[in-house]
Amino acid sequence: MTTLTPITIAERPDLTIRARGSRLDAAFRGLALAAGLVVLAVLALIAYSTVDAALPALRAAGLEFVTSDRWAPNAPDGPHLGSLAFVYGTAVVSSIALVLAVPVSVGIALFATEIAPRRLRRWITTAVDLLAAIPSVVYGLWGIAVLAPNITGVYGWMHRTFGDLPVVGALFGPASSGRSFMTAGIVLAIMIVPIITSITREVLVTVPRGEKEAALALGATRWEMIRGAVLPHSFGGTVGATMLGLGRAMGETIAVALVIGSRPQIVANLFATGDAMPAVIVNQFGESSGTFRSALIALGVFLFVLTIVVNFMGRVIVNRVQVRFRGAA
Amino acid sequence: MALVDPPVREPLDLTRARLSTRRRLADRAATAVISLAFVVALVPLVAVVGYVVTRGSGIMSWEFLTSDIPRQYRVDGGGMYPAIVGTLLTTGLAALMAIPLGVLGAIYLNELGRQNRTARAIRFLADVMTGVPSIVMGLFVYTIWVLRFERQSAFAGALALACLMLPIVIRSTEEMLRLVPDELRQGSLALGSHRWRTITSVVLPTALSGIISGAMLAIARAAGETAPLVFTVGLVYSPSWSLSDSSTALSAQIFRNASQPFAGAQDRAFGAALTLIVLVFAFTALSRFVASRLAIKS
Amino acid sequence: MSDSTPAPTALAPSPAAAPAVDAPVAHEQPTVFDVQGLSVHYGAFRAVRDVDLQIRRNEITAFIGPSGCGKSTVLRCFNRMNDLIEGARVEGQVRYHGVDLYDPAVQPVEVRRRIGMVFQKPNPFPKSIYDNVAYGPRITGQKGNLDEVVERSLRAAALWDEVKDRLKRSALSLSGGQQQRLCIARAIATDPEVLLMDEPCSALDPIATARIEDLMQEIKQRYTIIIVTHNMQQAARVSDRTAFFTTEVNPSSDTRTGVLVEYDLTDRVFSNPSDERTENYVTGRFG
Repeated sequence: MTTLTPITIAERPDLTIRARGSRLDAAFRGLALAAGLVVLAVLALIAYSTVDAALPALRAAGLEFVTSDRWAPNAPDGPHLGSLAFVYGTAVVSSIALVLAVPVSVGIALFATEIAPRRLRRWITTAVDLLAAIPSVVYGLWGIAVLAPNITGVYGWMHRTFGDLPVVGALFGPASSGRSFMTAGIVLAIMIVPIITSITREVLVTVPRGEKEAALALGATRWEMIRGAVLPHSFGGTVGATMLGLGRAMGETIAVALVIGSRPQIVANLFATGDAMPAVIVNQFGESSGTFRSALIALGVFLFVLTIVVNFMGRVIVNRVQVRFRGAA
Repeated sequence: MALVDPPVREPLDLTRARLSTRRRLADRAATAVISLAFVVALVPLVAVVGYVVTRGSGIMSWEFLTSDIPRQYRVDGGGMYPAIVGTLLTTGLAALMAIPLGVLGAIYLNELGRQNRTARAIRFLADVMTGVPSIVMGLFVYTIWVLRFERQSAFAGALALACLMLPIVIRSTEEMLRLVPDELRQGSLALGSHRWRTITSVVLPTALSGIISGAMLAIARAAGETAPLVFTVGLVYSPSWSLSDSSTALSAQIFRNASQPFAGAQDRAFGAALTLIVLVFAFTALSRFVASRLAIKS
Repeated sequence: MSDSTPAPTALAPSPAAAPAVDAPVAHEQPTVFDVQGLSVHYGAFRAVRDVDLQIRRNEITAFIGPSGCGKSTVLRCFNRMNDLIEGARVEGQVRYHGVDLYDPAVQPVEVRRRIGMVFQKPNPFPKSIYDNVAYGPRITGQKGNLDEVVERSLRAAALWDEVKDRLKRSALSLSGGQQQRLCIARAIATDPEVLLMDEPCSALDPIATARIEDLMQEIKQRYTIIIVTHNMQQAARVSDRTAFFTTEVNPSSDTRTGVLVEYDLTDRVFSNPSDERTENYVTGRFG
């Protein structure tokens, strides 16, 4: 071992000199902050420009925009801009999608976390990721070319079987073409399964292991353990996941535009053609002008606000549930 | 104390047969239903991908990939070359704009601002921005760019896609940065390095594979988007490499052709769909490869 | 007799430093750190209060005491690493060769280039062994042969023979004990005067611990070392001076604050402590 000599320092070393690169520190921080603020700027610009472009229509239509279901922008007696039919369509299609997607998603999440053998779990993730990766326009293309033409038979059968029931029978009216609320709902359901599944999986994973093991140690079967220990804990998180899925469904434009049929009407029959907010925008924007175009933008703003609210609530619920359990774990 | 004789027990049987039938059946049924959910999810995956592959490969050929788009929907044949060019152009440009901005923004959030008010506001707004419907992005760029310059262009389309990608890149990058252990930062700072050098020499290299993987997923997502492009990118029938001129994209072409009743248009739509799916799946697979193989093993 | 004149290669002649008070016996080294009235707050919580001590050159000083008594907090004051914790506030003075480290004009980066630190859990960068050791010199823009600096540091850390053939391999391929020695090599590569060690052996097995303790004895010829340790026997084996900390309850807020109880030559602290609390701790009656 070589002998080391002691280090000697002069008295009062100068520690105030700015080391190399400290000006870079400030510049770097400024650059990074600016990049972050771009988000703020863009969002503000989106809000401002779209609202500004929507105002002419809102001024012309007034309250009618949200109270009337008559949409006739080019009527001879002045534009009628009632958005209710589109709001209804968005609501119906999203509801169908949720009713179909949530049980399936929860099932997949449960399957992946509780039942599937370890090696299968990666493949489940892969399958769900692939579902998510397929572009929405491809789903729309498949929907209009394959699903819509071939499903009218099923709709017909359901109409004949359930159409005469009191109250719910109105939902199962006659099916004219395959393009309908129901078809759009089915396609949407496929598209929102991945997001609901992945969030539900995250929530299921936070269930305290001790509780699951306690249930099993008491002699519960796996299903009883799931029902007693897992599901109650994950209920809140699943609600949050559902809301996030709803937000996604409401904003989904292209697939819905292709298979919903583009006929704005408020009817109970799920097999009837209809229209939805984002769908009408994308379908009619090209030929629109003036107040009509402004009205479509107003619809876009309306949709924007609704999805923000839904997404926000969903995120709040999910965060609250996760904080509650991360803290306890 | 008098000892009590232990009660006589039947021989121990730990098999499932001892469970009441009702409980056993309930367990089996529930397992079956839950497993069924997975199968139900697989069905559309196989159906959609399968159909697109079969129908799309019917028209797939080198000519298809390199021919122009016919000007009339009812014509048979033709190709999607201009759309491929358009997709590459708009998505590539959007990536060039959104990824550096997004990574820098995430660096501010996780390394510099952390929990201060500005950082929390940016984080919240980035979350809000991920929920903006893609059609609203298209309307936005239409209003401030297309109307201003009075023409649709590849650049406008790229701008809309970049707005879509930015919050996604910020969030995924921030998550990757968060995974870098704080001890590494402390070690670097204790050696007398400035923050910027700690970030660029230690934190970023450690998180790099995750960041790249997240960026690739954002690119795959942008490549498949239609709504932001419909009003902003225009329409062309032959390939255009200019940013300031109209262009088209695979997604936009699929959308246009899907609702046409003509067989030629439908065939081209499926050909474009197959091309798009291959592109998107390739990027998704590459993203996973980067994440797992190139990650730094600790 | 105290000796406060610097060794031969000093630059400008220094004003005579005040002779160390109550100097016990022989070889009094010059003071490197002079701490007066140091208190550290994390937000409203006072972690440690009223610490007075001096650290002398080329000695190993150990901070011992039960958990939560502020040993690491005080240690991190010496290289301004407490700055990194949100809401941390320091009162009092920490003078390094006469300069108060917490003077507003002082640059933390400059401080950290002269005072190195080794952490409890080995934290090598996910780079090659060579790049880990070369990291510090590269930052300070050291002229001269980088290879030479790396070899010198690895030799001083007693790691050279084990890694000289695989300098380009990832540092993460080393064992825990080797990684910690790498971190020591990394810290001394910039030739800091002082080395702060925060429980450097607590994550290591006894053999690796012994090697590092031997290492400390060797490199103290050149560096001044302050070590925080949970292990009393380690402090007794390795250090020249020992500072014993403990916690006191604050009656008003029902929190505990760390205080320095006793600071003396290690032999005295362990065999003949002046404070009863010290005696209870070192004889194992509590803690």
